[in-house]
Amino acid sequence: MSLIKMSHVKKVYKTGVTAIYDLDLAIEKGEFVFIIGSTGCGKSTLIKMLYREEKPTSGTILVGGLNVGKIKNSKVYKLRRKLGVVFQDYKLLQKSTVYENVAFALEVLGTPKSEIYQKVVKVLDLVGLKHKANNYPNQLSGGEQQRVAIARAIVNGPKLLICDEPTGNLDEITSMEIMKVLEAINQMGTTIIMVTHDTDIVNKLKKKTILLDSGRILKIFEKGTYNHENIKNSK
Amino acid sequence: MKTLRILSRSFRDALKGVFRNFSLSLASISCITITLLVVSLSLILSSNVNNIASLIEEDVTIVAFLDVDITEDETNKVLEDIKKLDNIDDVEFQSKTEIASEMKDSSEVYANIMNGWTEEENPLQSTYLVKVKNIESIGKTANELKKIEHVGTVKYGEGMVEQLVSVFKIVRNISLGTVVALIIVTVFLITNTIKITIYSRKREIEIMRLVGASNLNIKIPFLFEGLYLGIMGAIIPIVATFYAYSILYEKFDGKMFSEFIRLVNPTPFLYSVSGVLLLIGMFVGMLGSLQAVRKYLKI
Ligand SMILES: Nc1ncnc2c1ncn2[C@@H]1O[C@H](COP(=O)(O)OP(=O)(O)OP(=O)(O)O)[C@@H](O)[C@H]1O
Ligand SMILES: [Mg+2]
Repeated sequence: MSLIKMSHVKKVYKTGVTAIYDLDLAIEKGEFVFIIGSTGCGKSTLIKMLYREEKPTSGTILVGGLNVGKIKNSKVYKLRRKLGVVFQDYKLLQKSTVYENVAFALEVLGTPKSEIYQKVVKVLDLVGLKHKANNYPNQLSGGEQQRVAIARAIVNGPKLLICDEPTGNLDEITSMEIMKVLEAINQMGTTIIMVTHDTDIVNKLKKKTILLDSGRILKIFEKGTYNHENIKNSK
Repeated sequence: MKTLRILSRSFRDALKGVFRNFSLSLASISCITITLLVVSLSLILSSNVNNIASLIEEDVTIVAFLDVDITEDETNKVLEDIKKLDNIDDVEFQSKTEIASEMKDSSEVYANIMNGWTEEENPLQSTYLVKVKNIESIGKTANELKKIEHVGTVKYGEGMVEQLVSVFKIVRNISLGTVVALIIVTVFLITNTIKITIYSRKREIEIMRLVGASNLNIKIPFLFEGLYLGIMGAIIPIVATFYAYSILYEKFDGKMFSEFIRLVNPTPFLYSVSGVLLLIGMFVGMLGSLQAVRKYLKI
């Protein structure tokens, strides 16, 4: 069974803008998938529906067997505990240390202290930030902050990691560092969906790539290369 | 176990929240402090106004004069009849002999005249001094007393008492209204200040939701935080009320104007006022933060 299955999904915002038109998509366990497309084509909308930040107007979305569109507001946390989300702007608590930021995701679940410590140290090690555990976000570089955000997203071992332009604010070298971390996480079995504008990344990593255009899937490249020729041809 | 851990974490995080957002917390606490000081002042004023009014009203007595030649049996019968009426709080008998000696004590002129009288010659009338429960129907009670056999005239300061009662009624309503209005304003002011404090932490709530905190999990720390703010805001008003009132009470020796008009005794009055202030602080603190958080939980 696919980890994610979307069928006939449509999203119309309250303002009347249709962001997604009748979209079908399946993503298997363990895949690493890029979602690309021009600004405003509905990339963020698509993944927001996966973590139930937005509800589909029609159609069904199954994530790990949960019918996401049907989850009540008060039960959204059950879905969120099964996946991790990473954003362009990191979304860290500025007044908490690196350790506290990551531990936070476990604390809200009522995890015992000793278990929190073990898991946080392990995941900080994975993203290479163990030595900065006691620093505050404003004492870190952008790439380091993003690694903290990734650590927080995966600390409770989610099956799925959703990233919305995680390298959007970072330079080339730092971006590639982040991609290495994400690849390592993917290698350990976590499915990753990543929205990006960065053609270099898509071309280098050669992962499955979904090209969106005005709310529709224009093409799926199995080993994605992203260039204008490619896009023109598919049109 | 898990619930306990979440609770204790909320307890701790709420305290951290207060100090990490210190300037905003301070704004909330100052707002609570100032408004509760005003509430305290109005509580003290209105309680004392009420107290003074009650003391004056309690002091109002109906004097029922008995016939001059009344026998002892008849006197007792009158007492029974009086006690049968409703609205009677207390009855005290004053014999004409007692009245005479009281008068003699009070002035030498009286003494000179009255020393010549024998018991039979004493022209004064024995009286029953009646205190009523409800001063508003004192007129009715006086009329009923008048109808009792062997009761002659009945006096209670007609006209003056009615005026006093109606003035006190207005004063009481105004002071009660002021206290209630102030408390409502306080609730409104504090909840709004706390709301602003929490609004600035929109991101924190967003992140909590993102990492899978349930709505309850999110609300509890903020609820505690509101509680702490409320308690901290109530400290200064409570201490100030205690000190200021105790000093005031001692200075006036509990009296104002006369023996009868006394200030409300500090115990247990100050404890009740403190309790009210603390409760308002706690309640309003929690209410404010809950309202603010709810906004971000899209319930
Ligand atoms: N909350 C919202 N309310 C109304 N319209 C929205 C909302 N969010 C997005 N839209 C609209 O939906 C369309 C798709 O937006 P979306 O954010 O999904 O684009 P995107 O592909 O992520 O763009 P970008 O690459 O710039 O991030 C746009 O036309 C946008 O204006
Ligand atoms: Mg976007």
